[in-house]
Amino acid sequence: MLWALVLLPLLGAALSWLVPDNRRRVWVLPVFSLAHLAVSAGLLVHTPPPSPAGWIWLDSLGKLVLMANSVLFTICSLYAVGYLSYRLKRPNRILCASLLVCLSATSLVVISQHLGLLWIALEATTLTMAPLIYFNHNARSIEATWKYLLICSVGIAIALLGLFFLAYSTIVAKQEVSLLLPALIRDAAALHPGWRHAAFIFLLVGFGSKMGLAPLHTWKPDAYGEAPGLVGALLAGGLVNCALLALLRVYQVAAASTEGALFQQVLLTMGLVSMAFAAVFMARQSDFKRMLAYSSVEHVGIIAVALGLGKGALFAGLLHMINNSLTKGVLFLACGNIHRAFNSKSTQFVRGALRRTPWSAALFLAAFLAITGSPPFAPFVSEFLIVSSAFGQGNHWTGGLFLLFLALIFIGMASTVLPVVLGEVPPDLERTRYRDAVPTVLPPLVLMGLVLVLGLWIPTPLQDLLRDAARLLGGEA
Amino acid sequence: MNSLADQLLVLCLLINFAVLGTSRLAFSVRCVAVQGVLLGTLPALVHPFSWHVSFIVVSIILVKGGLIPVLIIRAIKKAEIEREFSPFIGYIPSLVLGALFTSLAFIFAAKLPLAPEHEGLLIVPAAAATLMSGFLVLMGRRKAISQVLGYLLMENGIFLFGLLLADAMPVMVEAGALLDLLVGIFVMGIVINHISREFSSIDTSRLSALREE
Repeated sequence: MLWALVLLPLLGAALSWLVPDNRRRVWVLPVFSLAHLAVSAGLLVHTPPPSPAGWIWLDSLGKLVLMANSVLFTICSLYAVGYLSYRLKRPNRILCASLLVCLSATSLVVISQHLGLLWIALEATTLTMAPLIYFNHNARSIEATWKYLLICSVGIAIALLGLFFLAYSTIVAKQEVSLLLPALIRDAAALHPGWRHAAFIFLLVGFGSKMGLAPLHTWKPDAYGEAPGLVGALLAGGLVNCALLALLRVYQVAAASTEGALFQQVLLTMGLVSMAFAAVFMARQSDFKRMLAYSSVEHVGIIAVALGLGKGALFAGLLHMINNSLTKGVLFLACGNIHRAFNSKSTQFVRGALRRTPWSAALFLAAFLAITGSPPFAPFVSEFLIVSSAFGQGNHWTGGLFLLFLALIFIGMASTVLPVVLGEVPPDLERTRYRDAVPTVLPPLVLMGLVLVLGLWIPTPLQDLLRDAARLLGGEA
Repeated sequence: MNSLADQLLVLCLLINFAVLGTSRLAFSVRCVAVQGVLLGTLPALVHPFSWHVSFIVVSIILVKGGLIPVLIIRAIKKAEIEREFSPFIGYIPSLVLGALFTSLAFIFAAKLPLAPEHEGLLIVPAAAATLMSGFLVLMGRRKAISQVLGYLLMENGIFLFGLLLADAMPVMVEAGALLDLLVGIFVMGIVINHISREFSSIDTSRLSALREE
């Protein structure tokens, strides 16, 4: 049954490849993503037992990522129908097929309990994203694609070396070699410390570069800036979660070994450095899509800080992962609409979006407030919990720096977002075909509604799931 | 471990230097292909016969010695370039650095806490040296194809280390990793083709429109 998550989108990809017509092919996306969402929901309620060899299972961490990714993907595929109707001249066969293959690969990441299999799936997500980033087929997008491919491939190769080290540490410790997660967690304390140590570092660098933790984030602004809004949403809200899940698997092993504290310390530092980078580069950013990339660097930083703090912050960090996915979805989709309407993404030309695209601009503004941690939206709750956990643990430096960076980022981001949304429309602006309409506005609107609801009320099943997942990471519930 | 395997590993190390010291792209591709084939035969020498090992050997030789070089050579032909021009790190400095890294790899490997059955083997130093050479090519060259070759050298180095755990790696994982590599090179080949069309060169230092001011 778990395999349906992987096979269903693959079937969709094959089907979308076969449909000859640009206009009709697009409909394959929502059909299969809704089916995927339905299967995911079913699996969340009735989870089947692990596969006989223990390779495939859906644990609480996997469930959280599956939920976030499946919702985001469904929204994006509904949006794609409206979006691609504006771009019928450009062939979308590769786009539709790659999107569905990517959904399949992300699902495989979620259900694999074997680190080798997880690595393969993660590498597959990297590769399927390359044609998506290159959708616009111009000089800038090819540059972004090349940087993305090269940095992520090298990063993920380093992660493979880390996995080999981890496997080798079991050989040196005279144990049965295995990369199965339960076995590794059980034997974590008995593994050879030197090799285990090296493995953690390599895995952190490898998965960290895929996730975009500073200083390994250099591909992010280019890829997010040049990819279509819908692809950006999936990169920032979906793929980030997959890389994070890989890191969480390593975290599980580290927490069970004697090196948990050191691993946390490194994560905490990398998280704060990421937030600092974001704060510096966010200021005076004249391209609003690149600005969102730095916002993504900031939020993986926040999650890393939460993981570094451990204990009560783990719950908040996992909640933040979901909040970040949903809010980034709104931001990128709204940005995509504004980009279409003004045919530019530079703040020099894009001003007064509230007049030209009132709905998208309002969504952009609301999502900006949400992502910077303003109440009553969901990210406020998770960020507040992280800060209070930092101060509760007596870690005043972390808490203080965290708040400082949040404030700086709020100011930096506001100085880009407010002129874009409010401002006066430049008089000599070229006319474009795009106007706000239901197909491109409703999907992000639904997502924004979710962000608001989660900010006011977290359903009990989700709370239980988050607690259970935090317990898997060694946190107290 | 037998002496034939050791000789093959020494050959692998020499190939690193050949790639580091040449500007001719087609020659580099062949070098990396030969290295791939050598690596592919190693599991057969190191491990006792089994269907698992023979499957790995055949598929590696096929992919690293056949498919990948064909893909890259095709990309070179389409882009109509033969040589690497003015690399960031020159050929002589590359060779010197390569020699330095190789000797460091030997010193480093002697100090590593290896399992007793792996002590004194050439595999670990060869893996580290190949990895570093790949990194050197990746960082030091301008042309996109050279960077892909650097990435392949790195992969070869990682694969060499993986030889120590061939029993541990399930066939599915090996095959999956190899498939990912193949698809990766395929995608990179297409991207290179588009770079050369867009910029009429595959010099990646021209990819600078997206610099942060």
